[in-house]
Amino acid sequence: MSFFKDPFDPKALLGRRCGCGGNHAAADHARLTAEAVPAGEEARWNRVVDAAVLQAVFPVDAQRRLFLKTVGASTALAAISSVFPLGAAREAFAQGGALEKKDLKVGFIPITCATPIIMAHPMGFYSKQGLNVEVVKTAGWAVIRDKSLAKEYDAAHMLSPMPIAISLGVGSNPVPWTMPAIENINGQAITLANKHKDKRNPKDWKGFRFAVPFDYSMHNYLLRYYVAEHGLDPDKDISIRSVPPPEMVANLRADNIDGYLGPDPFNQRAVFDGIGFIHLLTKELWDGHPCCAFTVSKEFATQNPNSYRALLKSIIEATAYAHKAENRKEIAKAIAPTNYLNQPETVLEQILTGTYADGLGGVKKDPNRIDFDPFPWNQFAIWIMTQMKRWGQLKADVDYAKVASDVFLATDTAAMMKEMGMTPPDPTKKTIVVMGKPFDPSKPAEYIESFAIKRT
Amino acid sequence: MKASLGLRAGLLSLLIFVAIVGIWQIATLPTAATGPAMDPEYAKLVGAAAATGTKSSMPTPADIGATIWKHLADPFYIRGSNDKGIGIQLAYSLGRVLLGFGLAALVAIPLGFLIGMSPLVYRALDPFIQILKPVSPLAWMPLALYTIKDSAISSIFVIFICSVWPMLINTAFGVGSVRREWLNVARTLEVGPFRTAFKVILPAAAPTIMTGMRISVGIAWLVIVAAEMLVGGTGIGYFVWNEWNNLSIANIVTAILLIGLVGLLLDQGLAWLAKLVTYPE
Repeated sequence: MSFFKDPFDPKALLGRRCGCGGNHAAADHARLTAEAVPAGEEARWNRVVDAAVLQAVFPVDAQRRLFLKTVGASTALAAISSVFPLGAAREAFAQGGALEKKDLKVGFIPITCATPIIMAHPMGFYSKQGLNVEVVKTAGWAVIRDKSLAKEYDAAHMLSPMPIAISLGVGSNPVPWTMPAIENINGQAITLANKHKDKRNPKDWKGFRFAVPFDYSMHNYLLRYYVAEHGLDPDKDISIRSVPPPEMVANLRADNIDGYLGPDPFNQRAVFDGIGFIHLLTKELWDGHPCCAFTVSKEFATQNPNSYRALLKSIIEATAYAHKAENRKEIAKAIAPTNYLNQPETVLEQILTGTYADGLGGVKKDPNRIDFDPFPWNQFAIWIMTQMKRWGQLKADVDYAKVASDVFLATDTAAMMKEMGMTPPDPTKKTIVVMGKPFDPSKPAEYIESFAIKRT
Repeated sequence: MKASLGLRAGLLSLLIFVAIVGIWQIATLPTAATGPAMDPEYAKLVGAAAATGTKSSMPTPADIGATIWKHLADPFYIRGSNDKGIGIQLAYSLGRVLLGFGLAALVAIPLGFLIGMSPLVYRALDPFIQILKPVSPLAWMPLALYTIKDSAISSIFVIFICSVWPMLINTAFGVGSVRREWLNVARTLEVGPFRTAFKVILPAAAPTIMTGMRISVGIAWLVIVAAEMLVGGTGIGYFVWNEWNNLSIANIVTAILLIGLVGLLLDQGLAWLAKLVTYPE
C-alpha cells in the first residue's frame, strides 16, 4: 500500500520495510494503511500522483520532511501546485496517458461467462476510462478467433485455452496472444436431456453424444476428465462434438445430442424450457476452475500500451464489481436485453445469484455457482497444457512454465490491481484439486503419466 | 355466370391460408397440465411450459401476428450495435446481395460472352466450371475469412461466388446459340466484330442472360441468410441466429416470412427487366 501513504505526512516512516512492500515498519502497517489509503478510486489515483510529484520536487527525503514540517501539508500542496500543474498531472495519470486508440471493438459470445466484458458497456466501465468500446456479438469461437487474428477486433472474449492454443499454433497459425484477465471461474454445468433422468451415473453413458463449445475449451477438458475418471474413454465410449453454445439447447431439444457440458445461460435455459436438467455444476468437479478469458494480441498491447491499460483497468474493475453478490441482480438486468445476451431476465438471475431450478423439480442454492475473478494464475495454464497433451492436441514438447507466463500475464495483472488499490494474490500460492486429485504445476509430465486413459 | 379464373384462384389461396392457420391454431392449443403439482417456488423459476411439466411449444398464429406487427411498427430502430430493427437488418442483407451480385454480373457476363463465342475457351474452362459450380458457397467461408481477413468482404465474396455460375453458364449458352442466319446476315453486311457483338448477339442472347441473372439473385438471397448466420454482426441472417439463441420461434417465423417477401420482390424485379429485353421470334 506504499502507493497510497499520504506524501504530505512528515511523520511517515522510511526504511524498515513492511511485508506488504510499503515503506513502513510491519508494526505500523495496520495504522498507516488504514489512515493513509483514501477511499474511492479517484482519491487514490490523486494520492499516487501527488506522491510522485513531491518525490520529484524533493528527491532527498530529509529535505522533503523539513519542508513539510515547516510550512504544513496544505501550504506545501498549494506551493507545489503554483509551480507544477498538479491538477493536470492527476488527470493525465488517471487516464493513463494519451490513449492511442479510443474507439475499440471487443468481440464476445453471448454467454454469462462474458459478463464483465458485456456489462462494462451498459454500466459505463469502459467510458469511465475514456474508451469508446463497441461490444460485438459473435456467432462462434472459430469466428471470434478468425476475426481477432484478422484484427477486426482489438480485444476479444475467448475460452481460456484459446490464447494458449493460438500462441502455440495449435489449430491455427502461431500468433503471440496474451490473456491479461480471466473472466469467470466456475459457472458451467453438465446438462442432460430429460429422458436420461435416471441415468445419473456416468458409467451408464456409453454411446452418449455430448456437445462442448469448442475443442480448445475447459468444457472439453473437464468433460473428458470427468468421464475418464469414471472409466469411459471419451474418444471411444462417447462422442464429443463442438457445437456453438447458443445451438446446444436447440440440438438437445431436437434429440441430436444427449447432453452437453456447456456455458450458461444455456444450462439454465434448457431447464427453463423444460428440455433438460442440470446433472452437476462444474464447480463440483473443480471448485474455482477458470473458464473464459479476456484476451488481446501481444501486438495490440505493445502498440497501444495506454489503451491496453485503460481497457484492462475497466475489465478488472467490472470483474471486481461482478464478484460482489449484491450486484448480481442489477447485472442480470443490464445484460439481458437483445443487444447483449438476449435472454429472459429470470434465467440470468438464477445463474448469477445461484438460486436456481435444477430441472428435476428442486430449487438449489449455491451462491458460488459462477464467480468472477480476474487473476490469471499461471498454474491454470499449465493444467490446461497437460490436458492438451493428454488428449493429443499438443504433440510437440513444450516449456510449460514459459508458455504459461508468456500468455497468462499474472505479473501485469498484479501490478495493475495494485495500482487500482486492490490486493493481488500471491502468484505462487494456488492449489488445484480436480475431482479430489491434487495437481502439482512443477511436475506436469508426471501428472499426465498418472492418468490411465490418455492419448500419449 | 362463371367467375374469372383469377378470382377463383384467389379464393382458393385464401382457403388454403385459412386452413393452414386453423390447423396451426389447433395444433398449438395449450395442453392441460399433466405433470404432478409443482413447487410454486420452482414454477416461478422456469418457463410457462416447463412449469406444467412439458416442453415449451410452438407459438400460436396470434403470437406470430403480434410479433410481426411489433417488428413492422418500428422497423428502423437502433438500440446498440447488436440490436437493430428488422428493416435495417434487411437493408444490410440486401446491400450485400446486390453488391456481390453486381460484381458477379460484371465478371460473369463478359466472361460468358467470351466462352460462348469461342468453342476453344469453352472447352478449356469447362472442367473448372463443372467442378466449382456444385460447391456450396458456404464451404468457401472459412477460406474467405482466412485469406481476405475481413468478415464483411468475406460474405460479399460468398455471394459473388454463388451468383457467378448461373450467369456465366447462361450467358455462354445464350451467346453460343444465337441463330446462325443472323450472324451470317451481319457478316454479309460487313458489320465489324464489336458491332456484331453489341447489336446482334447481345440483344439475341439477352433473354437467356436475364434468366441466368434471375436464378443467380435467387440463389444469392438464399445464401446470404446462411452466410450471415455464420459470420454474425448484421443482416437478416444474424437476426435469425440471434433469435435462435433466445429460442424465439415467433421472431424466427417473422424473419422467414420477410425473407420470403423480399426474395419474391427481387425475383419479380428481374422478371420485369427480363420482359423488357424479350423479343418475338
